[in-house]
Amino acid sequence: MSENRIPLIETRNLYKRFGELNVLNGISETIYKGEVVTIIGPSGGGKSTFLRCLNLLEEPSSGEVIFEGNILDVNSTDLNKHRQKIGMVFQQFNVFPHLTVMDNITITPILEKKINKVEAEKRAKELLEMVGLEDKALEYPNKLSGGQKQRLAIVRALAMDPDVMLFDEPTSALDPEMVKGVLEVIQALAESGMTCVIVTHEMGFAKKVSDRVLFIDEGIVKESGNPIDFFENPQNPRTKEFLAQVMY
Amino acid sequence: MGKSILEVFLEYWPIFLKGLIGTLRYAFIAVFLGSILGALVAFLHLSKNKLLSSIAKIYVNVLRGTPLLVQMYIAYYFIPMAIPILNNVDVVYFVLLALILNSSAYVGEIIRGGINSIEKGQIEAARSLGMSNKNCMMKIVLPQAIKNILPALGNEYIAMIKETSLAGTFMLYELMYTRTLLANKYLIWQPLFIIAGIYLIVTLVLSSLVSLLEKRLRVSE
Repeated sequence: MSENRIPLIETRNLYKRFGELNVLNGISETIYKGEVVTIIGPSGGGKSTFLRCLNLLEEPSSGEVIFEGNILDVNSTDLNKHRQKIGMVFQQFNVFPHLTVMDNITITPILEKKINKVEAEKRAKELLEMVGLEDKALEYPNKLSGGQKQRLAIVRALAMDPDVMLFDEPTSALDPEMVKGVLEVIQALAESGMTCVIVTHEMGFAKKVSDRVLFIDEGIVKESGNPIDFFENPQNPRTKEFLAQVMY
Repeated sequence: MGKSILEVFLEYWPIFLKGLIGTLRYAFIAVFLGSILGALVAFLHLSKNKLLSSIAKIYVNVLRGTPLLVQMYIAYYFIPMAIPILNNVDVVYFVLLALILNSSAYVGEIIRGGINSIEKGQIEAARSLGMSNKNCMMKIVLPQAIKNILPALGNEYIAMIKETSLAGTFMLYELMYTRTLLANKYLIWQPLFIIAGIYLIVTLVLSSLVSLLEKRLRVSE
């Protein structure tokens, strides 16, 4: 990484409580433009909550999220504008079942960015081609496999021309033979220079695509580093323990 | 015993037909306007504003927790008394108003259930794309919710067809009112069986239409 890195998303002292449960216990991190960051850690350790705080799907109990220099605020109407620049892909795909594949992609650009339909559909076709779904444009999502749904969800987010993509365990709900296709799409995206933050359990993938790996446990970043150091020479005892459990 | 059921039906069928049309019409008006009002009630109920949601809750509880007949009597006697300008308005409208309000409470709960049945992930996906709250509701949540609640709305219409029979008490021309008309001709028991038969046929036909609709909706899932 060069010295003149531009911060894209910054969190300052992020805390999140659900009732009595402290899920995030003060996370201050910066994601730089063009960086691919994977987040790993045990279930319930706070990694998904951290990711969901980055676009305020989860409202932090305290602390700040700064995106492209703006403090995100749930009560501000600007939040929608900022969210348009922060794509998100979910574990459960969350494609819109009542809309065709094409409409899933074009509905938000047309409604919120006032892009005309012809233009939006042209862009959607390019995106569908990119992920090998060009012949599914007029189908409804119920005709798609899990892997196809997830690829649709990815291009639906890309259609908004985001500056960063957040992935929340994008392959955890997939049948094993579907995982590779989705990971390849994400890898291609990462290699194209898109800033990505990826919560994943796919260690091999994390090692391969990341510029940086974060290990989140008990609501804090316990270790952070480049993938080679991180996987081959972890420092924190919890990281060592976790990697020993999950690496085969 | 007098005339047979068939004889009465053949002689007076236009009266029953007119009654049936009245019933279907009043039920439709009640459910249609009740749905619009019910949507409002549902939105209030789901509102984050505690005051608004409590108002909606009380509204629903009162209307569902008291008999429709009582509501009709109150509308019939109390409204013209409390608001003197309405003295010259046909009482039909007050009785109809009671039907609409009553229906709105039930439909409001159906709509609320429909909205709640939509997975949270759908809303999260829409909001993460930067969709406004309004567009998320109108383009993502409601279209799916309406599809889910169509059968329940159909059943509400069927229930309302039976409920409107109470309106005959206030001389609204619907199916049950034909009993009063024919009682004046000393026909007491035959019309009751005819009326019951017509209600039964109509509700059975509509019920099978609703289950057909349910099946078709399930196919496209």
